[in-house]
Amino acid sequence: MKITRQEVAHVAQLARLRLSEGQMERLTGQLNDILASMEKLNQLDTAGVASTNHALELTGALREDEVRPSLERERVLANAPDSNGESFVVPRVI
Amino acid sequence: MELHELTLEQARELLDRREVSAKELAQAFLDRIQATEPQVRAYLTVTPESALRQAEAADQALSAGRSGPLTGIPCGIKDVFCTKDLTTTAGSRILENFVPPFDATAVARLKRAGAVVLGKQNMDEFAMGSSTENSAFGPSHNPWDLKAIPGGSSGGSAASTAAGSCLFSIGTDTGGSIRQPASHCGVVGLKPTYGRVSRFGMIAFASSLDQAGPFCRTVAGAAQVLQAMAGHDPADSTSSPLPVPDYGQALKRGVKGLKLGVPKEYFVSGMDPEVEGATREAIKVLQGLGASTVEISLPHTEYALAVYYIIAPAECSSNLARFDGVKYGLSVRQEQADLMDMYLDTRSQGFGEEVVRRVMLGTYALSAGYYDAYYGKAGQVRTLIKEDFLAAFQEVDAIVSPVAPTAAFELGQKADDPLQMYLSDVLTLSVNLAGLPGMSLPSGFSPQGRPIGLQIIGPHFAEETVLAVGHAFQQATDHHAKRPAL
Repeated sequence: MKITRQEVAHVAQLARLRLSEGQMERLTGQLNDILASMEKLNQLDTAGVASTNHALELTGALREDEVRPSLERERVLANAPDSNGESFVVPRVI
Repeated sequence: MELHELTLEQARELLDRREVSAKELAQAFLDRIQATEPQVRAYLTVTPESALRQAEAADQALSAGRSGPLTGIPCGIKDVFCTKDLTTTAGSRILENFVPPFDATAVARLKRAGAVVLGKQNMDEFAMGSSTENSAFGPSHNPWDLKAIPGGSSGGSAASTAAGSCLFSIGTDTGGSIRQPASHCGVVGLKPTYGRVSRFGMIAFASSLDQAGPFCRTVAGAAQVLQAMAGHDPADSTSSPLPVPDYGQALKRGVKGLKLGVPKEYFVSGMDPEVEGATREAIKVLQGLGASTVEISLPHTEYALAVYYIIAPAECSSNLARFDGVKYGLSVRQEQADLMDMYLDTRSQGFGEEVVRRVMLGTYALSAGYYDAYYGKAGQVRTLIKEDFLAAFQEVDAIVSPVAPTAAFELGQKADDPLQMYLSDVLTLSVNLAGLPGMSLPSGFSPQGRPIGLQIIGPHFAEETVLAVGHAFQQATDHHAKRPAL
């Protein structure tokens, strides 16, 4: 599979990244090199093989849904780029 | 001998006999940081005031007879661990001014054990890299040869441990980020079993692979640090509820009667002859100590790199979505900009080149139409890689191999070739895919005087075996006792 420059632009949009022309050019070449090296996996027949998403599956990790102390709002908002003392403030959405 | 040349065990003895105070020890390491940082650049932040305060508290605990194995021991923390009220950057511009309101569990446990935190250590941005050259704040240098990389991503932590600017440090390992820099800097680096140490408060790279562990000059010291860090944490649902054994006790087991596997696929083409030579020599030492060895096969090894560079970027593209300019970190808001502009400008200006590359790769691999071909396929081959190890551990107690195909390369040498850079982790990343414990320890030097590491891999939760093999090796060799001329 070859990734085109147009696809790179689409993926950048999905990933919320603004790429310069130079970056777009460079990434198209690099991603194609990397993807070509991954073609190797197609040498393997994996029909019927289960997928591993976690090397060690833990079961019963759920806990009771109880109210517990959390971080103080003031401390959390101290890191916010913009806040009104109660919530995060963001630029207009629409 | 100067205080910064002590091993963790020697420092422990001096503190316990009250021959040196924790405050004197902390001051000696702060002085050492001053002396070595201009060349090594292992730290991003140094915290002398809080270190001396913690050392005073340690002295009080020692006087009151309330001390543990790490009380008063000075350490460094990779800047990927959240530290309460102390800037935590993950090596990225996007977090340059981020001050967490809480401690990562691993850090909280070290503090509770009485360790003295000297500062935060340099790393590749978001732990993506093998050389620290991807740090937004400039690379660290290898104390053995300042022209060489210290390895990565936990390069600052490895370099500092080697330079004697801390007695131990903690890092994280997603594909080799503890073991490879440990190997390049000639120190011990241990990646525990996935789930052995809580990931809570570690800034996530790839959540199914990330694991925290110690750097130390000795295996015995690393065992004490792991003891303090390990154990179940209700804040991390993937942390294991299994009880934590006594790792200090495990060291005494030795290697007599153990069967060690040597995977033929781990002696790859392109490997430096001196790396292979040091590894074969180390195997002879272990045989001399009473271990038996057998050649084994891990047939899917050659696919690990491709699997890793699908799974890790896929997970990182998802984890790094949280850096949106809303809640913390950099936020670029041009006049008249809307929300989408803020996302795009913040992330493009905040992330470095390698992070952008991996987020792009991961987003592509997870995007509609490609998911099965990449992420789905990689998950299946990951199963085969894991099964290779499980089959091998039916036959052997542990696996020994090199850590990296070469000794440390020069700064700048691979910086423009991502695929070449990725290859330096080719012998470590299978261990993460399978969730196993793995350790690097010094096994010799290249003709240029750069360290070489031996990797010991154990079955899930068999850190005791890995530590026992490593400790026995260090009792019989003196590679770990050598110090860089700084």
